[in-house]
Amino acid sequence: MLNGATATKWLDLFAATIEEKKDYLSELDTPIGDADHGGNMARGLTAVKEALAKLADPDLTTVFKTTAMALISKVGGASGPLYGTAFLEMAKKSKDTDDLGELLTAALAGIEKRGGAKVGDKTMVDVWTPLVQAVKDGKLDQAAIDDAVNATAPLVAHKGRASYLGERSAGHLDPGSMSSGYLFSALLNAGVLA
Amino acid sequence: MSLGILVVSHVEGIAAGVVTLLKQVAGDVSITYAGGTDDGDVGTSMDKISQAIAANDGDELLAFYDLGSAKMNLEMAIEFADKPVHLYDVALVEGAYTAASLAAADVSRGDIEAQLAPLKIK
Repeated sequence: MLNGATATKWLDLFAATIEEKKDYLSELDTPIGDADHGGNMARGLTAVKEALAKLADPDLTTVFKTTAMALISKVGGASGPLYGTAFLEMAKKSKDTDDLGELLTAALAGIEKRGGAKVGDKTMVDVWTPLVQAVKDGKLDQAAIDDAVNATAPLVAHKGRASYLGERSAGHLDPGSMSSGYLFSALLNAGVLA
Repeated sequence: MSLGILVVSHVEGIAAGVVTLLKQVAGDVSITYAGGTDDGDVGTSMDKISQAIAANDGDELLAFYDLGSAKMNLEMAIEFADKPVHLYDVALVEGAYTAASLAAADVSRGDIEAQLAPLKIK
């Protein structure tokens, strides 16, 4: 059940994973990017955690909007506007529904609009697209998350910093896909789906 | 309706440098820039871009940027802005220089856009 309290738990778990894995995320970003994904995300999620901690019994819309604004103003790289737009779209949608599948669908549409990436471009869209569907089908589990993240490795990047490397981007996991995988794992572990 | 120029780069020195170049041909055009993150690191900041839009005296702005996330932050800042800002997917230095030169000669936005078209690279 998704509400202000479980959404806060989801984001706190995501923040904890990002903090724990920030060096790994930057390592992934080193051969095919600018080596800052871990640091950028950790800075953003620290701000999210602090902002959420100041809210007293917030509703879902407030949690998502607060998260969006912290990510947009603190992340610095492309992930700021992308994750920020995802949460901003969920904030808007949450005024009408608390259905996770519908909220995540709105988030994905926002990511696609903001970044212009399509499935196969080796970006977070490659993880969000199958996993949003898995949530709708009631089939989200860690194996589905791992499969979606790992499937980005052989792809050649057509969007984002890795696209400057062309064919040389193949063979590496996409860092934004990995952090997106952590977001969906946090969703599993927050008990939102139960 | 006066045109202003906005330059956005991941690096403050790049943004400031491009503006130095533009001022040489367009001293009377309002030109503002945003470069780097709030902490001065490499990246872009929607807040800085919003401030650069607000600080520009132009009634309508022509915006130029370097790499992908600069465009995304620019688009978000534009959505929050209270004046029209037009974004061009052209080579940063050549595009901004072309626009500034023409704006200084009071050329219309439509004619400037025609000159920018061949510089589109992204």
